[in-house]
Amino acid sequence: MLRRTLGKAVLATPLAAPLAAPAFAQSGPIELTFWHGLAQPLGGLLEEIVSQFNASQPRFRITPSFRGSYPETMVAAIAGFRSATAPHIVQMFEVGTGTMMAAGRAIKPLHELLLETGVTIAFDDYLPAVRGYYSLADGRMMAMPFNSSTAVMFYNKDAFRRAGLNPDVAPRTWAEMRAAATRLRAGGIEIPVTTAWPTWTQVEQFSAIHNTPLATLDNGFGGLNAELRINNPLMVRHINTLMEMGRENTFRWGGRDGAGDALFANGSSGMIFASSGARARFVRELPGGVANLGVAMLPYYNDVQGAPINSIIGGAAFWAMNRGPNAARSADENRGIAEFFAYLAQTRVVANWHTATGFLPVTRAAFEQVKATGFYTQNPGADIPIEQLLRGGGQMTGNSRGIRLGGFVEIRTAMQEEMERALQGQQTAQQAMDNSVTRGNVVLRNFERTNRG
Amino acid sequence: MKKVYFKGIALPYFLLLPQIIITGLFFFWPAAQAVRQSFLREDAFGLSSQFVGFENFTDVLSDPTWLDAAFRTLLFSSSVAILALGAALFLAVQADKHIRGADTYKTLLIWPYAVAPAIAAVLWLFMFHPNIGIFGRMLNALGVPWDYKLNGDQAMLLIIFAAAWKQVSYNFIFFLAGLQSIPKAVLEAAAIDGAGPMRRFWTVVFPLLSPTAFFLMVVNLVYAFFDTFGIIHSLTQGGPGKATETLIYRVYTDGVMNLNFGSSAAQSVILMILVIVLTMVQFRYVERKVHY
Repeated sequence: MLRRTLGKAVLATPLAAPLAAPAFAQSGPIELTFWHGLAQPLGGLLEEIVSQFNASQPRFRITPSFRGSYPETMVAAIAGFRSATAPHIVQMFEVGTGTMMAAGRAIKPLHELLLETGVTIAFDDYLPAVRGYYSLADGRMMAMPFNSSTAVMFYNKDAFRRAGLNPDVAPRTWAEMRAAATRLRAGGIEIPVTTAWPTWTQVEQFSAIHNTPLATLDNGFGGLNAELRINNPLMVRHINTLMEMGRENTFRWGGRDGAGDALFANGSSGMIFASSGARARFVRELPGGVANLGVAMLPYYNDVQGAPINSIIGGAAFWAMNRGPNAARSADENRGIAEFFAYLAQTRVVANWHTATGFLPVTRAAFEQVKATGFYTQNPGADIPIEQLLRGGGQMTGNSRGIRLGGFVEIRTAMQEEMERALQGQQTAQQAMDNSVTRGNVVLRNFERTNRG
Repeated sequence: MKKVYFKGIALPYFLLLPQIIITGLFFFWPAAQAVRQSFLREDAFGLSSQFVGFENFTDVLSDPTWLDAAFRTLLFSSSVAILALGAALFLAVQADKHIRGADTYKTLLIWPYAVAPAIAAVLWLFMFHPNIGIFGRMLNALGVPWDYKLNGDQAMLLIIFAAAWKQVSYNFIFFLAGLQSIPKAVLEAAAIDGAGPMRRFWTVVFPLLSPTAFFLMVVNLVYAFFDTFGIIHSLTQGGPGKATETLIYRVYTDGVMNLNFGSSAAQSVILMILVIVLTMVQFRYVERKVHY
């Protein structure tokens, strides 16, 4: 903390003043690099926005480059920083937020960037769930929210019809889920239920909508000394449900991270829990297209008091990075980053991205604009993600604000491994969650130790 | 043997220089870095680091999941070596016979060696993926519950076969060359003495092949230990659970994915020591029993 404030004091004063005049003296646009982790078709849509920004002004030219999956992009950015070749802007998935927040001078906090460059972005208009995820406790923004998503359930309407289920009514509770899954199985659907991002949808989102803590200290928002709490009875009960469904062949483990998407996209799965951002892919690839794609909110256990409340966001945000341990950015470069971010906050850009992809409309203005165009009546289900974020009155609790745990990528891997072992029948649900807690807490303590200073 | 002496010492060192530079740059320098790193604990961005002595080593060696990985690696490597050597020897013996189209047969057998590990893995994925693979679907249709994404034993079996398949070609070339260098006279003499084909193979051919077999065993073990990363990464990512996580894959997960550079470096150093010891033991004891 001390380091950051000092750096700010030293950097901010001399650079802010000579900003306006000499910038135009330079020949050619200022080159900025931007690394992202979105595969096609999303990556192409994102790069289109970047080229529109480039065309909209002459001073800055941003070069986007795809760096593999989200975790790979994160690793690449960190390796880049260590060798003083970090990109100006990196897209970081929400799981990396804890790590990035503690990254000291590797990152340029958004509030500092805006202050120094004098660029303003109306964050009041951003959805609270989105804003809260990327801000400090006092509300200062650390990163630029962009492609926020939440987990929803997609279902194959044709599969529902074939199994004799009403394609316009999706199961709301887990009891209904299981009943529907059994019907689908009997109706010849090979994989009634599967999931992408298994820990995100089945542990993290599950805990949030049931208002159950994932970790202490408001899931880590309260400090680095948080501890995992996922071996609670509700969580164990849910893992048991999945294990039972696995044995009944109504639930199929689709693989780690986003691998499960493929099972739904090719039509072999009846229902999937996935990122709302997967909508673009499903519309393109699912046999039957958009008419066949059903969207519903995440199911819950209706005997849990107070459930369901809002789900949490996922997806990614854009972080401004310094080039290396001893290399800060020039005022011009910061200016370019800030202007790009301001461009991304434009209602038109946010609205287009939302309707093209299925990611959330991150500002209220964009949501209202899209609603006014009648998009949601033409595309039933496209507003499910945002409604789900506001479920339970939209009052976030400490359990549903989000997750801010350091080293969470590793914790997720540990949870996925333990879930896999449980689903193989090598351990009970209780053991799986106990092991996840033990292994995850080791990661948290190591992170706390290396980031104390 | 004729010995050649150089005058002075400048010329020999000069001639050695390219090799020394390459070894220094690609082996000694990174190895030294790993040793240094293994005594430190750092945050992901390298902004703060702390000397922790042997703590990284004791952490690794007392971690049950690491010990599991060590045992698993042993199982994996020996399975790959035995399978690849056995299959290659069988094929080489067949190719050594006078058969029609022997050249085509040999070329086809050598082919897999030119395939990059990641490509080989994708090939196996397209064959054995439970949902999109030809054989994967076939197995499921036949009632075999094949799903290597969730069944650890099946996943292990798959990577053993994929890794061994890739190495068979290499072994095949060496075995074939070894077979062809066995003097015909010895075999004919044995035949005249009344030894059948099986007996000739086990008492004459096999002992004469043992130098080749020994060399290949070392190469295969090293291959299975260190060069199978691409196959594991593309097929299973070490999963399900940790069912296919070998030591080298573990170094990658901890270092590259989880950004625990200290622990990852400590594991690398342990591996390095292990390889040095293994190589010494192998050459000292096993080589003595080999007939040259």
